[in-house]
Amino acid sequence: MSKTLTGVKLDIEGIRKEFPVLNQEVNGKPLIYFDNAATNQKPQRVVDALVDHYKKDNANIHRGIHTLAERSTAAFEDTRKVIQRFINANEAEEIIFTKGTSESINLVASSWGRKFLNEGDEVLISTMEHHSNIVPWQLICEERGATLKVMPINEAGEIVIEELDGLITDKTKMVAFNHASNSLGTINPVKVIVEKAHAVGAKVLVDGAQSTSHLEVDVQDLNVDFFAFSAHKMYGPTGLGILYGKRTLLEKMPPYQGGGEMIKDVSFTKTTYNDIPYKFEAGTPDIANVIAFKKAVEFIEEVGKENIAAHEKELLDYATAKMESIDGVKIVGKAQDKVSVISFQVEGIHHFDLGMWMDAKGIAVRTGHHCTQPLMDHYGIEGTARASFSVYNTKEEIDIFVEALKDTISKFR
Amino acid sequence: MSQSIAEVQNEIVDEFSMLDGDMEMSIGYLMELGEQLPPMAEELKSDDNIVKGCQSKVWLNAELKEGKIEFEADSNTAITKGLVSLLVRILSGRTPQEVVDSDLFFVDKVGLNRFIGTQRSNGLGAMMKQMKIYGLAFSAKAGA
Repeated sequence: MSKTLTGVKLDIEGIRKEFPVLNQEVNGKPLIYFDNAATNQKPQRVVDALVDHYKKDNANIHRGIHTLAERSTAAFEDTRKVIQRFINANEAEEIIFTKGTSESINLVASSWGRKFLNEGDEVLISTMEHHSNIVPWQLICEERGATLKVMPINEAGEIVIEELDGLITDKTKMVAFNHASNSLGTINPVKVIVEKAHAVGAKVLVDGAQSTSHLEVDVQDLNVDFFAFSAHKMYGPTGLGILYGKRTLLEKMPPYQGGGEMIKDVSFTKTTYNDIPYKFEAGTPDIANVIAFKKAVEFIEEVGKENIAAHEKELLDYATAKMESIDGVKIVGKAQDKVSVISFQVEGIHHFDLGMWMDAKGIAVRTGHHCTQPLMDHYGIEGTARASFSVYNTKEEIDIFVEALKDTISKFR
Repeated sequence: MSQSIAEVQNEIVDEFSMLDGDMEMSIGYLMELGEQLPPMAEELKSDDNIVKGCQSKVWLNAELKEGKIEFEADSNTAITKGLVSLLVRILSGRTPQEVVDSDLFFVDKVGLNRFIGTQRSNGLGAMMKQMKIYGLAFSAKAGA
């Protein structure tokens, strides 16, 4: 593993050179990419790893006895170990590869839910969940006769902890919420909620899609039962997700999908299933992306999570202050602890128009409800524009963005 | 005396060609056009008249007057409203058959695909379809 340079001022220009996509013009202006919460860009080493795999090693994994199969299998399983270390899981078998955070959550809702949820049980989520941490629970609750309950949030966009004691009861079997909100940026107090959930015997699933590339994640320290995240939001390839689950739980859960890889023996009368993690990895997995993902994790470790977090916090504070000083701009989501996500509205301007103007100025922001319609309903709004930062973004880019925003507003006044 | 559908489209193509493909100028011009769109009566902005996109809404109403379709439209976003105004300018006051047969080549020529490429996002693609459906419905009625 490369050395982490904690506390060192980052060489952002050097880092930017690793991301060729950033070096282009959009609509005649230098690209400013502020849509990192949707997906962030990929360093050259990830792209190279993908190409190298297909050029040199490509083979299907696990059952092949030839050299290429052996090489591919070793590289694939190596990523599992790297992720285990990255989130400090107890063992590599607790790391399951999926299509993304959504599939990771669906897997738990479907497999764990079918086995452990019964009529009258309750699943608790929060107001600020992404649709992918709402709908799977709605589906399984309906199927099992369980009830879905919702943790309230305050105006700033923080879960109201004082209300949890009334909501987490012995009926609660699962508490599912995000580590950081994709719409608001709020960082949720995982340990506090885990403690309350475990006190009544409930399990906890944390959606880490927005946290893994920004925050220190130690699943044993957080003591979560399940942790779901996506490679593409942490400088890795799209189409690949991870589910961490505690071995004791994963072993008790029935398979999610059937197929190759997940079996021990198959006959027409009886099939026995493979051990974890393979029990949950039916079919040929996303081999090349898994192998390339290792390079993304190495990139994060090399730059250093603490350094990334410090840089992004600086950008967040800088942009927040600048945006708040613009007349008519309202930031939605003002939690004490935030990742580098700023959702905002401008009085009298629809977010769609804002997004189009920003794009015309070479700036990529996201607009809409960000797949959190219940949260938008809570605030009584249709949507927001959202700027989100990664390690390669700079204060200079924020200056340009703020000027672009001011200029756009002037077109409507 | 009135211009054909093709002539109006050529006029629009000419207007935009003066903007030299500059995205900001194009958006600014679209917003100006939107502001000039005759206001739509509030009672016509009903749920029945919504052509829904994921991010912006379009309202579209059609009435047959003396054999010609009068389109009225509006949008809750300024840029989409400009796009909507172009369609109204081209297709309002035409016979149902003219609307059905119309080939809206100005979209490609002006490069407006950039704005309507994702039908999901602004409902303009859906609006073009809806205008033709009105054309079909009115011509069927006339033929019956």
